[in-house]
Amino acid sequence: MTVTLPDPAFAGREYPATQAYSVGREKVREFADAVGALHPAHHDIVVARGLGHPDLVAPPTFAVVIAQRAEAQYITDPAAGVDFSRVVHADERFTHHRPIVAGDELVTVLHVDSVVHRAGIAMVTTRCEISAVTADGHEPVSTVVSTLAVRGEGR
Amino acid sequence: MSDKPVLEQLAVGDVVGTRTLELDRPRLVRYAGASGDFNRIHWDEAFATGVGLPGVIAHGMLTMGSAVAVVEDWAGDPGAVVDYQTRFTRPVPVPADGTAAVEVTATIGAVDLEKRTARVDLTVVHDGAKVLGKAQALVRL
Repeated sequence: MTVTLPDPAFAGREYPATQAYSVGREKVREFADAVGALHPAHHDIVVARGLGHPDLVAPPTFAVVIAQRAEAQYITDPAAGVDFSRVVHADERFTHHRPIVAGDELVTVLHVDSVVHRAGIAMVTTRCEISAVTADGHEPVSTVVSTLAVRGEGR
Repeated sequence: MSDKPVLEQLAVGDVVGTRTLELDRPRLVRYAGASGDFNRIHWDEAFATGVGLPGVIAHGMLTMGSAVAVVEDWAGDPGAVVDYQTRFTRPVPVPADGTAAVEVTATIGAVDLEKRTARVDLTVVHDGAKVLGKAQALVRL
């Protein structure tokens, strides 16, 4: 089997904004339950509003749900050369410009920041800029940076 | 919920929370559904061993997402977590029966009185070894 590593020529690529993702209350509750996040601001609208949020607050890693959809544009492109069976998640970072809340309509612009080959392994770093659709345009909400390690031949 | 922490009263090295995560196969399946990450290595034993893993392993994002709950509870507001990052240093194998225990300890790593933030460092251990590296949550207080 010939193993190909991700194409370095994809570094620097920016994708068009995704369709809006609608953050639903039940999805926030479902995700919070799945990670054992019991804080009532994820579950109880009265508590969330009491803390000054407009609606249920998504857990800090909820943005992965949205980021993953955007990243699929790159990962599933055969030309990108990302063999998912050889992928290991190396690191992840969420920066919240404001919390994600139920009711948000979020669009994502995916960037491939780097594709680096080193000792038979490719490190691929993507960045998702997630913003809310508002009456005046777009409001920055979260930045999600993810690095995948892709093992090459004999690794 | 407990009272909100006061930045001026925090010192580097303070342990602000501990928790044991009990990860079992149903939890992995639940996380797969909630997150949309249906990679077979997280629920299909034959597939996982076929790609060289010791068996089914937990989603790194499940461990990351579960560990930070201790920080949210301490902060008193999940929206106070403004930045959260980690490296995935070691997989957590989850047996077909029973659970994999993951120990989480949250410690103050830095306090910034000007920016009104505390950095909480998470030590996340399974089977005597760290499974997350440089796991840090920045909390605005």
